[in-house]
Amino acid sequence: MDAIVEQFPPYREREAHAAHDGHAHHEPGFWRGCVFSTDHKVIGIQYGFTALCFLLFGFFLMLMMRWQIAHPGQPVPVLGPLLEKMLGPTQAPKGAISAELYNSFGAMHGTIMIFLGVVPLAFAAFGNYVVPLMIGAPDMAFPRVNMASYQAYVLGGIVMLVSFFIPGGAAQAGWTSYSPLATSIPTDGQVFWLIGMILLITSSLLGAVNFIATIIQLRAPGMTWLRLPFFVWAQFVTAFLLLLAFPPLEAAGIMQLMDRVAHTSFFLPTGLAAGGQLAHVSGGGSPLLWQHLFWFLGHPEVYVLILPAMGIVCEIIANNTRKPIWGYKSLVYSTLSIGFLSFIVWAHHMYLTGMGTKIATFFQATTLAISIPSVIILTCLLISLWGGSIRFNTPMLFCLAFLPMFGIGGLTGLPLGLAPADIYLHDTYYVIAHFHYVVAPGTIFALFAGIYYWLPKMTGRRMNEFWGRVHFWGSFIFMNVVFMPMFAQGMEGMLRRMADGGANYSAARVPGVPDTLPNDIMALHTWILWGAMCLGLAQIPFIINLFWSLKHGEETHSDNPWQATTLDWQTPTPPPHGNFAQVPRVYRGPYEYSVPGHDTDFTPQNEPEIAKPAAPRISTPAH
Amino acid sequence: MDIPYTVEARPDTGVYNAKVGIWLFLSSEVMLFGALFSAYVLIRVGTPAGEWPHGWQNLTLGTLNTVVLALSAITTLMAWVACKIRQFGKFQFFHGCTLLLGLTFLCIKMVEYHQHLNHYEIHLTDGRIADGDMLQNNPKQDYVVIKGRYAAYEEDLYDLRAQKNLKETEIKIPRSQIKDMQSYGPWHNDYLALYFTLTGLHALHILGGSIVIGYLWGPGRRLWKTDPERFTNRVEVSGLFWHFVDLVWIFLFPVLYLT
Repeated sequence: MDAIVEQFPPYREREAHAAHDGHAHHEPGFWRGCVFSTDHKVIGIQYGFTALCFLLFGFFLMLMMRWQIAHPGQPVPVLGPLLEKMLGPTQAPKGAISAELYNSFGAMHGTIMIFLGVVPLAFAAFGNYVVPLMIGAPDMAFPRVNMASYQAYVLGGIVMLVSFFIPGGAAQAGWTSYSPLATSIPTDGQVFWLIGMILLITSSLLGAVNFIATIIQLRAPGMTWLRLPFFVWAQFVTAFLLLLAFPPLEAAGIMQLMDRVAHTSFFLPTGLAAGGQLAHVSGGGSPLLWQHLFWFLGHPEVYVLILPAMGIVCEIIANNTRKPIWGYKSLVYSTLSIGFLSFIVWAHHMYLTGMGTKIATFFQATTLAISIPSVIILTCLLISLWGGSIRFNTPMLFCLAFLPMFGIGGLTGLPLGLAPADIYLHDTYYVIAHFHYVVAPGTIFALFAGIYYWLPKMTGRRMNEFWGRVHFWGSFIFMNVVFMPMFAQGMEGMLRRMADGGANYSAARVPGVPDTLPNDIMALHTWILWGAMCLGLAQIPFIINLFWSLKHGEETHSDNPWQATTLDWQTPTPPPHGNFAQVPRVYRGPYEYSVPGHDTDFTPQNEPEIAKPAAPRISTPAH
Repeated sequence: MDIPYTVEARPDTGVYNAKVGIWLFLSSEVMLFGALFSAYVLIRVGTPAGEWPHGWQNLTLGTLNTVVLALSAITTLMAWVACKIRQFGKFQFFHGCTLLLGLTFLCIKMVEYHQHLNHYEIHLTDGRIADGDMLQNNPKQDYVVIKGRYAAYEEDLYDLRAQKNLKETEIKIPRSQIKDMQSYGPWHNDYLALYFTLTGLHALHILGGSIVIGYLWGPGRRLWKTDPERFTNRVEVSGLFWHFVDLVWIFLFPVLYLT
């Protein structure tokens, strides 16, 4: 620790000097400091807080949907009267969820969780807070653009939320908004959805440009490309995915907006009938075009969700196994391969559209090819555990759970990548289970880990370890209770997006008809509902722990409580405006743990070489 | 706190921050317009033979606009060069020219839009189609007057290249004979939908670029006095954007006007 203090003369002392001179403007007021801040750390925290609120909101939408699925048409307990009061009796008659409202919830659950929850948290929040610190930069390259990015995000979120309260309700055509369905449903919710999405795409565009420019331009002296922590690499590739994959969806969004507002027919075919009548449109459009453009974003988006999570997991595993990450270069090149390949796999979401077997064959090949780098990353992280003396703290528990959970999610995706299996499984609960295993116990676990891991840097206080473990075990068990049964339901043929949870096709409703959904499969709905409620209860310790720890958590008494090597821990706590008292200089790779001959079991990246170590160094990435 | 490389280039990358930023932004723009162009391809390929419109554009105005944008590309470059050799007067002249050319482009575009929106296809109760520019369309009168012609089939309206010397006359149509009347707006068919969407989005880019150029020409010039190098960088970055928007037009013009 002494070395660090030496390297960075106490920042607060310099602050105090400046204040004495009488021209210090370092403490901005509430509005400049907390709302319209251009400081990457404040923006990161803003993003994080907003995204967590949206995650919770999306979770409540899901809870209400699970109630509706398990008890179709029955009033929602507790929240039912509120629903009827807020959304009106047509949407929620007597507090029960109408089919239209169920569709709205389904569409908005997906939209909110992905575009307003996980991406802002994984990419914008952690990226903003951690990336400039990790590369030794004073801030992002374009601080005001960064602020604009957050503001566009909030605006997009508000537009999405407002759409619940307009006549007809929010968008109902699923988060994928397939045309012509999305264009034909008589609610302006879809217009709100499109405008909201355009704002969110603007936000992510500004963010992505900023991240890439920052990583290219503001790396500290000595921070060569192969000395970047893996988290930075993950964010770098993620930013490229956002930069290049989102614009086609924006183009598609503009065209769908034109379809709705200017009555064009980009996605409306000739002879389209809606509500039993021939639609009054010029026709000639292509519904398939929407799907192509949507999934051109949609699939890279999956990697936008998972790559930052892998980055977080990698940092925490290296830190808590106290040894260098295994296969750093493989991780980097795999991430780059994923970034490239993710642009040419999108049509594996479209095997059922009749786009042709030759095209399907191409996309099957690329889909299976992209699983290779994914498996390499997971394997590297797994092997990194080998022979380590693992510290089982809360962030590490979440990371350890990430590995098998993401494994389940990834491996169950392989059958979906093959057209013959996908034709059977398409649009069933199997798909729901598959991608939720990737995103919910996968990505979100990594995000929880990141919160537990970096909060001591943000506040100087740790979160409570015991309640952290309660949170972990509760989440871990009930995530599986919720999602594991869905594999069984899906393989039995239960379709997703049905407002009655498939009751119309159940053996109980239509006895004697072959291939109906058997009772035990239908009974799993209740099981999942209880699992989801318990999962919600398991988050209460987390929420209380988070807020309680801000003021009352155990003080770390150190700038580097986890004894980490990366630069984000070599700053004062919390890092002041400008982050580093003097520009750090980087001398080595990111994961020099347990270097033989070294006094401590970690060697920070900015610690100058002293004498030559007696023993040969543990292999570290050369550059 | 100063962010490094806002003005001077970073030695190992050879560029300053904003230049990286604008190139990244432009790459994103390529994907945006690329998606729209691919939509154009897919929809055009899917159109039944003989139904894709030809010769629906005012080639004179289109060519004029192309020249206007090409000129503005030159003046943008000259403005940047003037900054580089530190001749602020010249910069003001050339950047003013760019701004005027940009606004000229938008005005011409508006005229073109007006021409399309004022052009009507009227299906009559006797099965004929009247097609032409609207002259009188007063809701109080029980007739409309267009300057155009009659066509027997909708197919006759698609390819106007072969029909060079159309005889257009004033036609008075009683409203009682009108079965259906539609202007040549984006709702008319997919070609016009693509035309309005692509050129509309492009026009928005011209407008945005004009605002930035106007800012640098007007209130933004203060920076010249304190930090000319940084000001020059801003001119360069705005110029890169402007060139990109010009380039998009170079693709739009043949795709929408010439084929």
